[in-house]
Amino acid sequence: MIQALSGQLLLGLINGSFYALLSLGLAIIFGLLDVVNFAHGAQYMMGAFLAWMGLTYLGIGYWWALLLSPLVVGATGLLVERVFLRRLQGLDNLYGLLLTFGLALVVEGLFHHAFGNSGSPYPVPELLRGGFDLGFMYLPKYRAWVVLVSLAVSLGTWFVIEKTRIGSYLRAGTENPRLLQAFGVNVPVMFMLTYGFGVALAAFAGVMAAPIYQVTPMMGSSLIMVVFAVVVIGGMGSILGSIVTGLGVGLVEGFTKFLWPEAASVVVFVLMAVVLLVRPAGLFGRQK
Amino acid sequence: MRDRLAFAAALLFAAGTAVAADLPAGKVSDDAVKIGVLTDMTGYYSDLSGPGSLEAAKMAAEDFGGKVLGKPIVIVGADHQLKADVASTVARKWFDEDKVDAIVDLVSSSTALAVMPVAAEKKRITLLSGPGTTAITGDKCTPYNVHWTYNNWALANGTGREVVKNGGNTWYFLTADYVFGKSLEEDTANVVKAAGGKVLGAARHPSPGTTDFSSYLLQAQASGAKIIGLANAGADTINSIKQAKEFGITKKQNLAGLLVFISDVNSLGLENAKGMYLTTAFYWDRDDDSRKWSKRFFERMKKEPTMVQAGVYSAVTHYLKAVQAAGTDDADAVMAKMREMPVNDFFAKNGRIGPDGLHRHDMYLVQVKTPEESKYPWDYYKIVKVIPAAEAFPPVSDKCPNVKK
Repeated sequence: MIQALSGQLLLGLINGSFYALLSLGLAIIFGLLDVVNFAHGAQYMMGAFLAWMGLTYLGIGYWWALLLSPLVVGATGLLVERVFLRRLQGLDNLYGLLLTFGLALVVEGLFHHAFGNSGSPYPVPELLRGGFDLGFMYLPKYRAWVVLVSLAVSLGTWFVIEKTRIGSYLRAGTENPRLLQAFGVNVPVMFMLTYGFGVALAAFAGVMAAPIYQVTPMMGSSLIMVVFAVVVIGGMGSILGSIVTGLGVGLVEGFTKFLWPEAASVVVFVLMAVVLLVRPAGLFGRQK
Repeated sequence: MRDRLAFAAALLFAAGTAVAADLPAGKVSDDAVKIGVLTDMTGYYSDLSGPGSLEAAKMAAEDFGGKVLGKPIVIVGADHQLKADVASTVARKWFDEDKVDAIVDLVSSSTALAVMPVAAEKKRITLLSGPGTTAITGDKCTPYNVHWTYNNWALANGTGREVVKNGGNTWYFLTADYVFGKSLEEDTANVVKAAGGKVLGAARHPSPGTTDFSSYLLQAQASGAKIIGLANAGADTINSIKQAKEFGITKKQNLAGLLVFISDVNSLGLENAKGMYLTTAFYWDRDDDSRKWSKRFFERMKKEPTMVQAGVYSAVTHYLKAVQAAGTDDADAVMAKMREMPVNDFFAKNGRIGPDGLHRHDMYLVQVKTPEESKYPWDYYKIVKVIPAAEAFPPVSDKCPNVKK
């Protein structure tokens, strides 16, 4: 009993790290640009696919992919911001939502056309094969790695945004972009880089996910709904909120899988509904 | 003299009736035999049916010479998007405006069940390759339908019984939590129990929408069952298999895929899928005939055919032969001929279509090879057993209304 529960909680934590990593990118983009980035799932998928393509066509291994794939996908993010999103500034954020949603459909459609829907496997890197026998369950090394890296990246991002000078610019840009511009900060470039960074985070999560899940064009669309729920629960735009909620939702899901497996996919949304009723701004959000 | 006249008259009369028998009133309607491939072109089943099914139907038409009874064979295709309402709308348009004579494929049971009554109402034929539910030849059966490739019963029976016989006598199910998965689980559980095996439990996962199966796999592992039966399909099956290996489960327990296509095995890779048992209606590398046809398919599609795609070719060919033999494309006459003639091609040997519309033919229990055993591309299966048609498929269902005459 205790064994099974601890196993499920640990697995919940692993899934939670993915939620945290993905919702973090969304939170940053929403917090600063006021854009609801529905292309996040597609960008996550692009990250995974780029890693797979690198390995299959060019022989680029996992470790390089972990660095290169986010850079490349992040660069496409810069382009999207420069060409499309910038034109929507000041409009209702519904426009941004529709634009990114449309982009996601186009990108997923293109990948689907080129690679079919069954996808391809991505091997676990040599160094991280095998696992530990914890007594109550077998923990693959790679999953442990996912938790550690996600936590490190999430907390690192939080630290940069909340505790450093660059972070203070970012936060100032959220509060009052015009004033910041008046102080001589190039706000449009900052916005562009921020979007690129958020997108790169999604791609990074994609590379992390590639060895666990099948790399398919639709891998992002099944995850994105849960991640949006996480962001809403945590409070739209709250960095710390998205990290804590990501992990928390993973744990709640794990607990539900133990108690009532059939309800596991619904529990996140029930939680979201309850939070919206009690605290409309989310657990960590501030009422505007 | 009178006798001679009578004889001549009798001869003339006989010749007249013979001519009449050769050319019945119907012949070919609208000066063409049109076959529509209605399938999933871009969704979850597009790799196992989709464009490959359309190509298979085109190959069948070409191999037949492009003409039947002197009239051209026309193949058209459309995407039903896995939606029942889209499928029945396209079918109606095809029948009413485009004069389509038969619809083939209809992967996914919901689309098949939506189109069958429309076809029956318009007296056109449906040839199903892909949908699995046994209701198609049970209480939802129609007189104008043939269920060609496989049904859930055949899959459950093949894998369930043979695996128990080979020593896999304790089972735990990983089940997609909706009608399809539950019915597949139930069918298989019955087979396992009947064969003397034990079912220890089941974990039901939401579908679609589950990408992480580790927690369900953990429950399956804790059950200690020798066999983990995967009562799910497509991406769910692929991710279950991949993660079962990741968590070291397949070291002690074996997986049995209840609905696995060669396209799934190909995208998983042998390292992930090795050792798994599954039942299939077709394997490209089974004999010279299947290899010969598959080679031609491969040249066009750059992948080996799934059982659904091979079934489409076989069904279209049999339909065209029946049109030829009946001398008309009239649905009643063609259905009668299709039932009368055995199916003999690279797909089936001595296949027979029953009064319920189920095409009964041999099925194959296979085991997925290890990477070391695989000698060339797509060398994926070992055939463990040929399941003869009589054992592979259920007897004629008494639920089917047109069986009772």
